[in-house]
Amino acid sequence: MSPRKLDLSIYGALIAAGILVPLLAPAFTSQMAVLWLMVLMAVTWDMTGGQMGYNSLGNITFFGIGMYASAVVQIGLVYDVAEYTSAFGAIKVDFTEDQYWTGLFLGIGFGGVMATIFAMIVGPFMLGLRGPYFAIGTLGLAVAVAEMVSGWRYVGGGSGISMPVFPGAAGTGSLVFYILLFALAILSHLVVRAVLKTRFGLAINAIRDDEDKAEAMGIHTTRYKVIAWMIPAFFMGMAGAVFGNMSGFIEPLEVAFPTATFGIFMVAMALLGGKGTIWGPVLGAILFHIIKEVTWTHLLGWQWVALGAIIIINIVYFQQGILGWAQDRWPALFGLTVDERMTRTGQAEAAE
Amino acid sequence: MLDNISILFQAPIFAVDLLVQGLLIGGIFVLAAYGLALVWGVMNVKNLAQGDMVILGGYVAYQCTLWGMHPIIALPIAFMLLFALGWGIYATIIRRVVDRDMFTSLLATFGLSLLIQQALNLRFGPEVKIAESGFGTLDFGDLTIPAIRFVGLGLAAVLAVGLVLFMRNSRMGQAIRATAQDPRAARVLGINTDRVYAFTYALNAAICGAAGVLVAMIWNIQPFYGIVHSIRAFIIVTAAGLGNLPGVVVAGFGLGVWENYSGFIFGAEFAVAAVVIVLVLVLMVRLFQMYRVRQVVR
Repeated sequence: MSPRKLDLSIYGALIAAGILVPLLAPAFTSQMAVLWLMVLMAVTWDMTGGQMGYNSLGNITFFGIGMYASAVVQIGLVYDVAEYTSAFGAIKVDFTEDQYWTGLFLGIGFGGVMATIFAMIVGPFMLGLRGPYFAIGTLGLAVAVAEMVSGWRYVGGGSGISMPVFPGAAGTGSLVFYILLFALAILSHLVVRAVLKTRFGLAINAIRDDEDKAEAMGIHTTRYKVIAWMIPAFFMGMAGAVFGNMSGFIEPLEVAFPTATFGIFMVAMALLGGKGTIWGPVLGAILFHIIKEVTWTHLLGWQWVALGAIIIINIVYFQQGILGWAQDRWPALFGLTVDERMTRTGQAEAAE
Repeated sequence: MLDNISILFQAPIFAVDLLVQGLLIGGIFVLAAYGLALVWGVMNVKNLAQGDMVILGGYVAYQCTLWGMHPIIALPIAFMLLFALGWGIYATIIRRVVDRDMFTSLLATFGLSLLIQQALNLRFGPEVKIAESGFGTLDFGDLTIPAIRFVGLGLAAVLAVGLVLFMRNSRMGQAIRATAQDPRAARVLGINTDRVYAFTYALNAAICGAAGVLVAMIWNIQPFYGIVHSIRAFIIVTAAGLGNLPGVVVAGFGLGVWENYSGFIFGAEFAVAAVVIVLVLVLMVRLFQMYRVRQVVR
């Protein structure tokens, strides 16, 4: 099977699975929605982390910013946000159906845009840092934004905001958010893939391999780096907006900026599947979600400890990930170009 | 915010109080940062689990108070316990990331920090805990300062001086310094670098544990507070520059003072944000220094 056909069939299988699961097993709808959210997180993290080599630990910031921006738009269209949050959502009685839907979609768009703008503002500063300093700096950014939001009275501070109640019938809410997250996940994968096929993708790969040389060759590195951070920010912001509505209640430390859970999970997922590959993060996210749910059911109480242990084992002993390992093993099958003549004469290593 | 600033000027005793308390707290920051500088300089491992080890030491003190002991007794216990734990962590995890790229060590220690956090959360629950020392307060005219802060600073100073003497005079200390300078040459000259690394990491964990006992007595501990302690240690080491011990001391005291003042001026919930903003600023200053070097070369 040619790579192109293989890719198309994987897309087909994923879309079929995405459509069939809520039809066949409606009980799993919210579970699967979280799975698509994790796929989106891993794929967009891999754009900067895997393809550009800037390992961010703070992409979760965009998630929370999108969530809060959308919440402010949704509630602010109808109410005064400060009044609403100081009443802890007690005056939420009358969001009409129209108000809810316009608020939802405006909020999703606005969340994505705000996260992108935030990435554009802090990007030039943060992306000037390199290697581990970038990772620590972005981690600090996530923690700082979370602390600032929990101190901001206008959006409810540490006690959070309860989101408008879904207007439709009881079971349809999770289905709607499932569809939105599913569409966003597929869309983000397609966009990341398309972007990587262009000259832009080559440029950010060049930055990963040797930034100074890339700059010397005339690549405007800062511009490329910031754009490659804005694309994940856009999708993370929209996903945050959807997830905020899905969970119904948002609060800075656990829901909007969960550095210790989703913030590190997305890195672990991308590494588990193999970073810097197209399908690695997707595979990693699906596997990770399954592992997470299995530990959840069988190790109740110890689930987080088990998850931390799994992350450590993955990073320490199996860092290249599943697809990375497969690429090492069968390079020709997994998208690497192999010079046949050199391999036949057994000089592949000399060619390196 | 402006009101708070004007209070500082109208009642200078507040300003002095904040300064003194900040200096007293800074001593403990210095301890954790010293351990980080050690591990960073010798093994080139950026230990994000630093703060969680501090919190772990704090919980050792808390557990001791539950058993009816005075938390000061927990200091040597935490020191030895975390030394053993650090050795174990080195043997299982850190040994395999020492000579890999730095992001691997960063992420592995982040996973470790997650593990410690959640284990503590499981055992002690997410509430804020304090290990009560019962030392009362000291009065200096208008100033009233808890006596435990002075005790904490004194103990921190004793530990720090002891460490410096250890590094300077003992055989293991010399081996550590030699390995930091050039691991290959050290290996050629017959130093068991693997053992040196293990000892360094265990020593770092032990220092963190001792600092944690002081934190539990002076402030409070909670399973998820570790990350802020890690970030503080990173700020201090980055601001001081690697291998600059007096710098670590100055930066630690400075950070303590800054945190106290910003907590008072902007409100307590912004104290953490103020710390992180300092981190970003420090990293940025380093970045511009790097750019300057680049221009000179060109």
